[in-house]
Amino acid sequence: MAEASNKNEIRASKLYKKRSSLEMVWRQLRKNKGALLGLFLLIIIIIGALIAPFIYDYKTDVIGMNVRQRMQWPSLQHICGTDDLGRDIFARIVYGARYSLAVGFIAVIIALIVGTALGATAGYIGGVFENVVMRICDIFSSIPSVLMAIAVVSALGKSTLNLMLAVGISSTAPFVRVARAAVLMVRGEEYVEAACAIGQPGWKTVIVHILPNCVSQIIVQATLRVGSAIISAAQLSFLGLGVPAPAPEWGSMLSAGRLYIRDYSYMTLFPGIAIMITVLALNLLGDGLRDALDPKLKR
Amino acid sequence: MLIPVLLGVAFIIFAIMDVADGDPVYQVAGPDATEEQLVVLREEMGLNGSLVERYFKYILKLLKGDLGTSYISKMDVMQLYMQRLPYTLKLAFLAMVVAVAISVPLGIVAAINQNTIKDTIAMILALIGLSMPNFWLGLLLMLLFSLKLGWLPSGGAEGFASVILPAVTVGVGLAALLTRTTRSSMLDVLRQDYLRTARAKGVSEHRVVYHHALRNALIPIITIFGVQFSNVLGGSVLAETVFAWPGVGRLVVDAIGQRDIPTVTGALIMTTMLVTIVNLVVDIVYAFVDPRIKAQYTK
Amino acid sequence: MEEENKKNTEEHDILNIENLTVRFETEDGVVHAVNGIDLKLGYRKTLGLVGETGAGKTTTALAMLRLVPNPPGVVECDRLEIDGKDVRDLSVNKLEQVRGKDISMIFQDPMTALNPVFTVGEQIAESIEIHEKLSKEKSLEKAGDMLEMVGIPRQRANEYPHQFSGGMKQRVVIAIALACNPKLLIADEPTTALDVTIQAQVLELMNELKEKYNTSMIMITHDLGIVAEVCDDVAVMYAGRIVEQGSLEEVYSDTKHPYTEGLFNSLPNIKNRQRMLKPIHGLMPDPSNLPKGCAFAPRCNYATDACKEAVPKLLCVKGTHKVACSRYESDPNFVIERGKK
Repeated sequence: MAEASNKNEIRASKLYKKRSSLEMVWRQLRKNKGALLGLFLLIIIIIGALIAPFIYDYKTDVIGMNVRQRMQWPSLQHICGTDDLGRDIFARIVYGARYSLAVGFIAVIIALIVGTALGATAGYIGGVFENVVMRICDIFSSIPSVLMAIAVVSALGKSTLNLMLAVGISSTAPFVRVARAAVLMVRGEEYVEAACAIGQPGWKTVIVHILPNCVSQIIVQATLRVGSAIISAAQLSFLGLGVPAPAPEWGSMLSAGRLYIRDYSYMTLFPGIAIMITVLALNLLGDGLRDALDPKLKR
Repeated sequence: MLIPVLLGVAFIIFAIMDVADGDPVYQVAGPDATEEQLVVLREEMGLNGSLVERYFKYILKLLKGDLGTSYISKMDVMQLYMQRLPYTLKLAFLAMVVAVAISVPLGIVAAINQNTIKDTIAMILALIGLSMPNFWLGLLLMLLFSLKLGWLPSGGAEGFASVILPAVTVGVGLAALLTRTTRSSMLDVLRQDYLRTARAKGVSEHRVVYHHALRNALIPIITIFGVQFSNVLGGSVLAETVFAWPGVGRLVVDAIGQRDIPTVTGALIMTTMLVTIVNLVVDIVYAFVDPRIKAQYTK
Repeated sequence: MEEENKKNTEEHDILNIENLTVRFETEDGVVHAVNGIDLKLGYRKTLGLVGETGAGKTTTALAMLRLVPNPPGVVECDRLEIDGKDVRDLSVNKLEQVRGKDISMIFQDPMTALNPVFTVGEQIAESIEIHEKLSKEKSLEKAGDMLEMVGIPRQRANEYPHQFSGGMKQRVVIAIALACNPKLLIADEPTTALDVTIQAQVLELMNELKEKYNTSMIMITHDLGIVAEVCDDVAVMYAGRIVEQGSLEEVYSDTKHPYTEGLFNSLPNIKNRQRMLKPIHGLMPDPSNLPKGCAFAPRCNYATDACKEAVPKLLCVKGTHKVACSRYESDPNFVIERGKK
């Protein structure tokens, strides 16, 4: 009975600690107007992406060709005009958010999981393993990420999933470094030694004791990386190596618009604005999180 | 320490591109080749043997300067690469000049006027620059300066004018990052006591900032520079595509489109080596610029 | 040249400050760092400015050089004259000519006082180049001379600050400060960050140079021992005001103010090891929330209700000896413990 209540107390105190530090972060974040703007924009974009299928029917609105309506400048009917196949650009942009956000988030999640696991293990085990992992990390960093992603896509073939993998792989290195640095910082602490002394297996120590300390750094990295992942995805689609047509990915829309840039400049304007606003929102939020989570940072 | 990394890079790229390769004999020989001819061709092209074997053969040939032959143009890959490399270097160099010319003054102004309107504007500009996809910026610049105003050419490589737009396209992204770095480095230095000593000596405020402070603030910026060269090359891939600039980036993209694997592999490996060399040079420069590091080496 | 000097200096004081106040207007309130200080310093004299950390000594010194950061600092005074020149409204250009030439300052922490990317020779020469308008080569020559003067071999002029120890760095700082022969040198706790043995060396050096160059000096310190060794006059500061002022003899042998007494009592007594340490109880008041009356009253053993009502004025008691204590105003026979001999 006493044991059970002890465990409950510990669990309760852990929850309390987590909630109060979350509150503190939120309070700090609230003070940062830029971060709030970013959060606001991001929520709107996510909501837009989620409800898109209910507003537009994919077959008719997004990819359905309507030759009579092609190449129309922005009007009340078509806020962003229509493209070379008569499709409403605004509808394609709203729908395109699904692809950009999906690729961005999933790529970063892949990079986060793989990178953090590798980095934390490398930092904890040390020795040859750590050396090898860090060398490989350096290797990946010397290849420009665009080229790396291009190489992976050409190896695996063109598809949305492969795009996620490619962008994910080229984003992994920073996570490995952050995780390893965080682990190295904490590894010498006494409570880690204590956990080891009572026979707790290594992997459990890492997950339970060490990782919670790295969480804030990883969150900041992740938020900032989603932005660059979205840009990378757009870059690859622009080059024809990303999400295959006729999917309304913002990068491929820009690639198509490029052909008509001289006479129909609106086609290159709106998808680019969409990318910029999304990445801006993520950067604002990421910056705000970094300032809120880092106690040392003074302005 | 350098050699294993380079070999590792080469291996990873080789392995990835190998997966992409499939069975290239059909590409090279054409549709009318007989089965016997294909067998002979496979032997000639060195396609038999395990991955590791083929890798080592590749490395041996690379050390002699032989990167193989393009599937498409049948030209020597090393020759193709070396033909295009000067263009990319010109672009990269100019882009970095543009980036420094924009970011250092802007960062200094932001730091000196911390938390005033000038600072806020500078930071907003930097953030927008970071959030914009570079190829979109390129398209917009082309639209404005080339198609609408007619001041600059929209592509090709004739004369100095045609490198301006691509260089600005790549430079702005780097400038956005460097502005933030310069600002934060300057802020750190402006807090230091030795500036107070200088002022008490009667040194003019102008000299305190631009001679005493800046010299210290530039040191971390040089490090970032080295790391960013990789990104500059990545950015130039996109800029070369948008502006039809005949550099290495476009070589890779075109080659991928045509599944010309030897060219892609060779170009990727050479480019990575270039980045590694540049990083090495930056390390050396860094030692010269910071007397504390120089002292460590001369010991 | 010497005659001209003598003529000049007998006419006016090297330093003349009247009613200096410095306050910092911050988001969290106004910090009253310096509250009405008068200081006069004569030719070749050394004044010790004594007080605990937070008393406003460094701020006073910075105000003299007009180095108080402008937001959020606000400096006001009725008079601020350096060698007879009114410094209050000088343009920035003219001010820069005064700093380093007529008045120099050395700061507390030698470890961070020098720019890490320039050689020590360059840093000394810079001062000479600016004020004496010499060429770079000649300035470096003279910089070498200054190094020798502070006891560092001139070949080391090409070395960087990180290659010197703390004591040697402080010598370089002194070399920089004295390079252009200033009339007034302000030394803000120059030896606090140094080992005791090095302290003695640096103080000796400063004494030598002071004599040689006829420099007046303000020695800011919390160490009464240093004051005794180096200073002619003493001013004791508390909460941004001067509470006792006079010649070294007057203040040390005939201590008047309870705070000064407290400072002397806080010194451990080597001869009487058995004696209990007598610290001053309580803490310095918060400069953003100073009490209405005498700032020391809450901690004073002699305080009366009258003390808490009004800020005591600094009044003359004997010769050049001044005290700011209302007990002396109301009762001419008032004597503190230390005064009872």
